[in-house]
Amino acid sequence: MVPRTIFVFASPKLVRGTIFLAAALALAFFPLVSGKFGVDYVTKTMVFAIFALSLELLVGQVGLVCFGQAAFFGIAAYAVVVLSPAAGPASVWWLLPAALGCAALYALVVGALSLRTRGVYFIMVTLAFSQMAYYVAHDTPLGGGTDGIYLNFAPTAGPIDLGKALPVYYVTLAALAAVFVFLAVLVRSRFGRALAGIRVNEQRMRAAGFSTYPYKLAAFTLAGAIAGMAGFLFAVKDGFVNPELLAWHMSGTVLMMVILGGIGHLHGAVIGAFAFSLLQELFMSQALFGDFSKHWHLGVGLTIILCVALLPRGIAGWRRARR
Amino acid sequence: MDPATFLVQCLNALQYGLLLFLVAAGLTLIFGVMGVINLAHGSFYMIGAYMAYALAPAFAGFAGWGFAATLVVGLLAAVILGLALEWAFFSFLYERDHLQQVLMTYGLILVFEEARSIALGDDVHGVAVPAALSGSVTVGGLMAYSVYRLFISGVCILLAAAMYAVISRTRIGMMIRAGASNREMVSSLGIDVKRLFRVMFAAGVALAVLAGMLAAPVSSVYPGMGNQILIICFVVVVIGGIGSVRGALAAALLVGAVDTFGKVFFPHAAGVLVYVLMALVLLWKPEGLFKAT
Repeated sequence: MVPRTIFVFASPKLVRGTIFLAAALALAFFPLVSGKFGVDYVTKTMVFAIFALSLELLVGQVGLVCFGQAAFFGIAAYAVVVLSPAAGPASVWWLLPAALGCAALYALVVGALSLRTRGVYFIMVTLAFSQMAYYVAHDTPLGGGTDGIYLNFAPTAGPIDLGKALPVYYVTLAALAAVFVFLAVLVRSRFGRALAGIRVNEQRMRAAGFSTYPYKLAAFTLAGAIAGMAGFLFAVKDGFVNPELLAWHMSGTVLMMVILGGIGHLHGAVIGAFAFSLLQELFMSQALFGDFSKHWHLGVGLTIILCVALLPRGIAGWRRARR
Repeated sequence: MDPATFLVQCLNALQYGLLLFLVAAGLTLIFGVMGVINLAHGSFYMIGAYMAYALAPAFAGFAGWGFAATLVVGLLAAVILGLALEWAFFSFLYERDHLQQVLMTYGLILVFEEARSIALGDDVHGVAVPAALSGSVTVGGLMAYSVYRLFISGVCILLAAAMYAVISRTRIGMMIRAGASNREMVSSLGIDVKRLFRVMFAAGVALAVLAGMLAAPVSSVYPGMGNQILIICFVVVVIGGIGSVRGALAAALLVGAVDTFGKVFFPHAAGVLVYVLMALVLLWKPEGLFKAT
C-alpha cells in the first residue's frame, strides 16, 4: 500500500503538467542517447500518437466509433506527394495547409453523410467510405497503383530541411506536443463540453437546445485534419506513400492504440501508440520468434482479443478498473 | 449493347448479387438478432474458398461427386467452426459495446488470416469448375454462358427461398423475428436465447462458407478476398437496413447490378459506384431501404 499522503500537496493539475513536461523532455533528449534506428522508430511512433489522438477525439470525447480514420491519414500523405512539384522542394507553409485541407475536406463529406446514421451503421459507413478512398488509390493511375509513389524532394520550412531524420524528429515532437495541448484546451472549452454532453446523452443535449449535428460534424472534420497532420508527417518522414496507408488495417491499428491506452484520456492515446508499437516490434523481432516473426499479425490479433477480454478500460483506466 | 450481351450481364449481375446475399444475410441476421457486429464474417467466406481449394484434391477420386463431397464436408466443418466460435468468443460479446465487438472481431480476422497464411501460404489459386457443370449454354444464339454460374444462381435462389420459409413459417423463424425486434422480451418469455443465438451464428457462418466454396471456381482464391466481400456486404446491409433479410436480398441484387453494369459502362469509376449508391441511399433514407420491423 503506497501512502497516499505524499500526494496531498500536489494538485492533479500540477501532477499532469509535470508528467507532460517530463515526457516532452525525455523525448527531446532521446536522440542524444539513441542511434539512427531509435530516432526513426520513435518518430514513427510519435506520428502514430498524433494519429491516435485524432481518433481519441472522436471515440473518447464524442463517443463516435469511426473505423475509417486511415482514409484521412492516407489522403493527406498522398496529397504531400501528389502536390509537391517535381522540380524542387515545396515549402511546408503551403504544403501542410493543402494536405490538411484535403484530409479535412474528405472528412467533411464523409462526416456529413455518415453522421446521419448512428451506432453500428456509423462504424460500417465510415469503414466503407475509407475503403472507397483505398480503392481509388489502389486501382487508379492517380495513386500510382499498388506500388505507391516516391516523394522526389522533401519539403523545406525556411532553413529546416525535412529530408533529414533529426529535423523530422523534432518537428514531429513539436507537432505532437502542439496537438496534445490544443486538444487538452479544446476538451475543456465550451465546444469540448458540448461534445462530452453528446457522448453522455445526445437526446438530452438536443432537449437542452444544442443542435448536435453541427457539433459532431465539426469534431469529425477536425479529427480528419489532425489525422491529416499525422499523414503529412508520415509522408515527409518516409518520402514514400502506398495504398496500405489508407487500408483498414491502419484504421484497426489506430483504434487498437486508442483502446489499449484507454478511452476517454488524451494521454491514453499517446500511451497506447507507444505500447502498441512496442508490442508490434516485439512480435516482429527475428531474435525472439525467428522465422515465425513474419506471422506477427497472429501475435497482434491474439493480443487484441486478450485485451478486449481482460483490459476493457485500457492501460490508462487500469487503476480505476481495479478500485 | 446488343440484347444477348445485355442478357449475359444481367445473369452475371444476378449471380454476383445472390452470392453477396448469402454472405450479407448472415451478417445482417447476426447483427439484427444477436446485436453483434461481426467483422470476421468476411473471413468465413475466405475460409470457404480456401476449403474448396484445399479439399478438392482429397475428393478428386469421387468421379463427379467430388464437388458435392467438398460442399458437404465444408458445410459440416463450417457448422462446427460456428458453434465453437460462438461458444469461445462471441458469447462474451453480447453484453459489450460495439467498440469492443469491433476490436475482438478485428483481432479474429488477423488470427484467421495468419492461420490461413501458415497453413496454405499467401499465393493466389484457381479452383477447377466441377466436371459435371463445366459446360456452357448459348444465350441469344451468340453468347456462351457457363452452366456453373447458373448453378450458383440456382443454389442461391433455393437457399433464399428456404430461408424465407424458415423465417416466416417455422417456430424457430418466429423466434428469430421476435429476437430481431425485441431481444429482452424474447428471453423473458422463456425462450432459450443462448441456444437460438448459437444456432443462428452457426447458420450464418455456414452460409458465408458456402458462398465462399461456390465462388471459388469462378473467382480466384486470394488472401484479401474476405475483407473485400466484407466491405461490400457492409454496403449491402447499410442499403438494405440492418436486421432485414428482405432488405439484404434487395440491396444485394441492386449492388450486384450496379457493380456489374458499372464495370461495363464506366470501367474507370466502377470501384467507386457502389459507394456512391450507398451515399445516395444515406441521403435519402439513412435507416436503409427496408427497416427491420
